[in-house]
Amino acid sequence: MDAKYSDEELKFRDEIRQFFEQELPETLKSKIEKGEPLYKEDQVLWQKTLAKKGWAGINWPVEYGGTGWTLMQKAIYFEEQAQHDVPGLIPFGLSMVAPVIMAFGNEEQKSRFLPDILNSNVWWCQGYSEPGAGSDLASLKTTAVRDGDHFIVNGQKTWTTLAQHADWIFCLVRTDPHVKKQVGISFLLIDMKSPGIDIRPIKMMDGSNEVNEVYFDNVKVPAKNLIGEENKGWTYAKYLLTHERSGISAVASSKRTLEKIKALAVSTPAGDATMMEDSAFRKKLAEVEIELIALEYTDLRILSEVSTGKAPGPESSVLKIKGTEIQQKLTELRMDLASYSGFIFHDPVGDNNEEALYLRGQGIDLAAQVYFNVRKTTIYGGSNEIQKGIIAKAVLGL
Amino acid sequence: MDFSFSEEQTLLKESVSDFVKSDYAFSDRAAVLESEEGFSRKNLKTFADLDWNSIPFSEEDGGFGGTAVELMAVMEEFGKGLVVEPYFSSVILAGSFLRKAANSSQKEIHIPKIIDGSKIYAAAFSELQSRYDLYDVKTSATKEGAEYSLNGEKIFVLGGYAADTLIVSARTSGKPRDLEGVSLFIVAADTAGISKENFSTVDGFKAANLKFENVKVSAGNLLGEEGKGLAILEDVAAEAIIALGAEAVGALEILYRKTVEYSKIRVQFNQPIGKFQSLQMIMSEMFIEHVQVKSMLYMAVMKFDAGEDVQKSISAFKVQLGKAIKFIGQNAIQLHGGIGMTDELDVSHYFKRVTMIGVMFGDESYHLDRYVRLSC
Repeated sequence: MDAKYSDEELKFRDEIRQFFEQELPETLKSKIEKGEPLYKEDQVLWQKTLAKKGWAGINWPVEYGGTGWTLMQKAIYFEEQAQHDVPGLIPFGLSMVAPVIMAFGNEEQKSRFLPDILNSNVWWCQGYSEPGAGSDLASLKTTAVRDGDHFIVNGQKTWTTLAQHADWIFCLVRTDPHVKKQVGISFLLIDMKSPGIDIRPIKMMDGSNEVNEVYFDNVKVPAKNLIGEENKGWTYAKYLLTHERSGISAVASSKRTLEKIKALAVSTPAGDATMMEDSAFRKKLAEVEIELIALEYTDLRILSEVSTGKAPGPESSVLKIKGTEIQQKLTELRMDLASYSGFIFHDPVGDNNEEALYLRGQGIDLAAQVYFNVRKTTIYGGSNEIQKGIIAKAVLGL
Repeated sequence: MDFSFSEEQTLLKESVSDFVKSDYAFSDRAAVLESEEGFSRKNLKTFADLDWNSIPFSEEDGGFGGTAVELMAVMEEFGKGLVVEPYFSSVILAGSFLRKAANSSQKEIHIPKIIDGSKIYAAAFSELQSRYDLYDVKTSATKEGAEYSLNGEKIFVLGGYAADTLIVSARTSGKPRDLEGVSLFIVAADTAGISKENFSTVDGFKAANLKFENVKVSAGNLLGEEGKGLAILEDVAAEAIIALGAEAVGALEILYRKTVEYSKIRVQFNQPIGKFQSLQMIMSEMFIEHVQVKSMLYMAVMKFDAGEDVQKSISAFKVQLGKAIKFIGQNAIQLHGGIGMTDELDVSHYFKRVTMIGVMFGDESYHLDRYVRLSC
């Protein structure tokens, strides 16, 4: 029993560090240092830089141009990514639709879609949630009716993150309304430029437009865009949940955020002293830090079990629940530090009339808006209550 | 990075677990508690025969040379069975003082007696005013020629009831809360001038308050350097928290598991209460808190064995443990309902034991404060 990296792992870490220090493009570096917002072009530039190095497909096997890294190597990568404030890659193409295409798509689909995902030539969004299908996702109503070599899609998706930037959407659609709700669902890829698709932005409480409604009005989709078999979509969607959970705890980025909060506390005046000398704040900070250490070791414990061949179990729900709770507590700490200064409204739409990809606060700016925004984490990806239900059923047998 | 036990460690864990399952049923334990001494000499002999007493001692001292991982393995299983024999107080706690501070002739005299189980040792370091501050020592030790004379009172000496030999902290110089000037002594429990007030603790253990009046201790029984006892006390306390913490993590596992099992058989409103979502949420959270506190225990064990950030890690663990004890313990009682409150059911005994451990060597608030201080 020991928690040390092997020599090989240390060498790997140095290689990552060196790459981040030397190859992060200057324009991005300066934006990150100044805490300026990042736009789509920045994200594309960074992913292309990584793709050139062969590191864009972090979770991908080598045969598709991925890294083939072990779980431990991925953990080290995420740790360094956070420590260097390097942006993470947008997951919808790389780690959501791509693994499904790899596992269940045909050869034509693989060669058609995977290279463009890896190189950030094509952006994807996720068409899962609907107004009447949130936690109860399987009750979705968007229909796809076969018409010769096409499907005709009608319905509405919602909470579609970054749909305004997406070229394609992967959708769960109902292809058989007469069977049990889980077995009548198919997994369909749809070109966002298809006639009949209408994207309507949803303005959120932090002022951002991260998510959208996507309407489908008799949208004609070629049947060759169906993944795997018709009516097997629910199985494919669940495959994702059990297979790719690395990074779900967000421990690496939470550790980095905590470091920044500490640095900020030292420079935040409070009376004649600083907030770092405020005993109530210090205790609150320590409590979050301690909970984060526990989560870090839970993460490592699960990772170590999975590395020795055990299948990732529903225990990873623990990582989602605790990880998101900690992310939220960190936003509270930043708001505590900021006091009035964190409550000045900043419009996410910049002078260039373009909206930043995500809300990024530097220092105490935007503390309240980030607090509002991060409430989403305990709701998305299977709300924390749903996760607790999974533990109750799958682990405790209730 | 490796979170698994070695083959040897697994065997050790299994042998302790076998003992608990076959020789330590709840009814066996109840009989032990009813006995005059409050523990079983026969069980103590079993521990010695199975070589568990030698685990923490180094090979050159005649021991097994175990690390914190072995300590954790044994204590977690003891926790599952609520073992009340003075293994922790004698072998681990008092033994730890000897391991860390005794000179070679002191080791030769005392360690074999702990390993073969022929004598029981106990440590006396708490005073009425000291709470959890190990340096807060009013008991005095005044040098008189080749002897020290001890005067003062020690409270809550675990295993003090049956102890043959005591490890005692006393002040040889300075004011009551000075960091310097605390010394440690090996004292025979029947030395003239020691009076004992025996009592049971709420969780069924036996302990004593001790009074020292002109107790003569030879200078040869000074443990470690005069006046430099605090570093040893802190080192010992760190290891004690790991051992007790592992015991609590074992007991908490039983508490959440028993709660889940009970919820599957207790029927109200025509269905098992475990079918109610409000209770499922609570039990999921009990499971989560157990996962988290067990991870923190592993963290503390690995930091302890690596000698990195030991005191800070220990405090972080004790804070996490304090929270888990309250959350899992209180909800175990709540979900069992009235039956959980009774003495008849083992659940209340687990709850009492973990609650006691929550306080020992510093409660949650004490360690949160200490964590903040050590972070500066």
